[in-house]
Amino acid sequence: MKLADLTRRAGEWLRGCGPMEDVVISCRARLARNLAGEPFLSRCSPQRRSEIEARLRREITAAGVAATVLYVDLVSASGLDRRLLVERHLISREHADSDHPRGVAISSDETASIMVNEEDHLRIQVFRSGLRLPEAAEQLSAIEEKLEDRLDFAFHSRYGYLTACPTNVGTALRVSVMLHLPALKMTGQLEKAIRAAKDMRLEVRGLYGEGSEALGDFFQVSNQTTLGVDERQIVEEFGGELVPKFIEYERAARSALLAKQASALEDKFQRGLAILRSARLMGSQEATYLLSLVRLGIATGKIGGVDIKTVNEVFLLTQPAHLQKLLKKELSGVSRAEARASYIRSRLATGAEGPAHG
Amino acid sequence: MDKCDKCGKPATVHLTDFIDGKIVEKRLCASCAAAEGLVVKTNLSISELLEDFILHTTSQETADLTCDVCGLTFNEFRQQKLLGCPNDYDAFEKALVPLLEGAHGGASQHVGKVPHRAGGQQKARNALLRLRADLKKAIAAEDYEKAAMLRDQIKELE
Repeated sequence: MKLADLTRRAGEWLRGCGPMEDVVISCRARLARNLAGEPFLSRCSPQRRSEIEARLRREITAAGVAATVLYVDLVSASGLDRRLLVERHLISREHADSDHPRGVAISSDETASIMVNEEDHLRIQVFRSGLRLPEAAEQLSAIEEKLEDRLDFAFHSRYGYLTACPTNVGTALRVSVMLHLPALKMTGQLEKAIRAAKDMRLEVRGLYGEGSEALGDFFQVSNQTTLGVDERQIVEEFGGELVPKFIEYERAARSALLAKQASALEDKFQRGLAILRSARLMGSQEATYLLSLVRLGIATGKIGGVDIKTVNEVFLLTQPAHLQKLLKKELSGVSRAEARASYIRSRLATGAEGPAHG
Repeated sequence: MDKCDKCGKPATVHLTDFIDGKIVEKRLCASCAAAEGLVVKTNLSISELLEDFILHTTSQETADLTCDVCGLTFNEFRQQKLLGCPNDYDAFEKALVPLLEGAHGGASQHVGKVPHRAGGQQKARNALLRLRADLKKAIAAEDYEKAAMLRDQIKELE
């Protein structure tokens, strides 16, 4: 398996079909681990970091964490390849941009990735489309146990698994969901929802993690508490109680919108789709905005002939690094907008038009 | 938007107070208001919380704490916001506990998974902690049947 094999399609989980797919694009569970008896990365010499990276690479490869594992050395990877991995959420932006010895192990189905030498020695993450956190948590725990058979992790009887940042200590488990909240935005209730999330001790961020702006109507929501609760409680409370509140809130906003201004909305959806199907130049912001509209149109049954899966995939494959990989050349400015428009046309052209309910 | 009287950031807290019989108006940002103890900050993100904690803990005693394993001082931790080695959790314990409690809803004791090799003792300890927490919840919910069951389990472990 090579990195290039990833570009032509979206991994199954990135296509975003699954429970609650109208609002929840995907979910992720992530564990942080550090080696016992080693300093955290900020206090490691370059030599030490390089030794830790080599050791973890060897152990991950030998541990059988997935049927096939691709290990990418991020020091020798090109900038474009690193962006590609960020766009697929397999590594964080910080991991792509730093300059010390580091890497990432990716399972061939892309449901799991293990970042080596990010903020902690190991950051293990598992993804699923839709809201399927218990399943993700189970796979995550299986991977962690395979690694634990070979490695001693830093652990404290009072504070649990020790992490470089004290906000992750304890279970070191963070769970998150990617939400599509266009109706809350349209009805001006987004601020309120974000405040409510913070009151529930949740963190709301943009599409690509810490510091990134919310792109279009897409948000990443995650738990903050990792100490004093066990793994099962974290998954159950977050996935079973808190996230459903957001889903309910967004769905209520959608119904209210549709009840009040059905034809105006339908007009908006269909115009959005028509522009995507005919534009010759398409910027990334405009594409995000229009794809978000079309996604809402499909989720509310007002757009037929295109499915959510296709929209999610088009969204991913028209991100800058993917577009350039797809066309096998560096693109800038107008040529990128041209390539994006042409790709979108090719993907959305087929299928019957018109609303699902006639 | 009004600016904070103290630091000039956008003010979100407006307070009318009586001081020595006079009305005093205060406009403060969330951080300064919390520093004055005027509001409890429940709606901060974890990075804001950390930043805030680091800005407002300025005791000389904690600033001088040093880890004898990795050499990191608490002052350096305040700047880089990352710890240097596992031993820092013990070396900075006094200063870290308030931060941990702030960031984790008041908790500073792990109750989750324990490494296989850490031995049965730690596992039993965590099971006990979890059972006690469940017992508290069961009593609060007036589920006495469940509470009795949990109480028996706790006795057995003790």
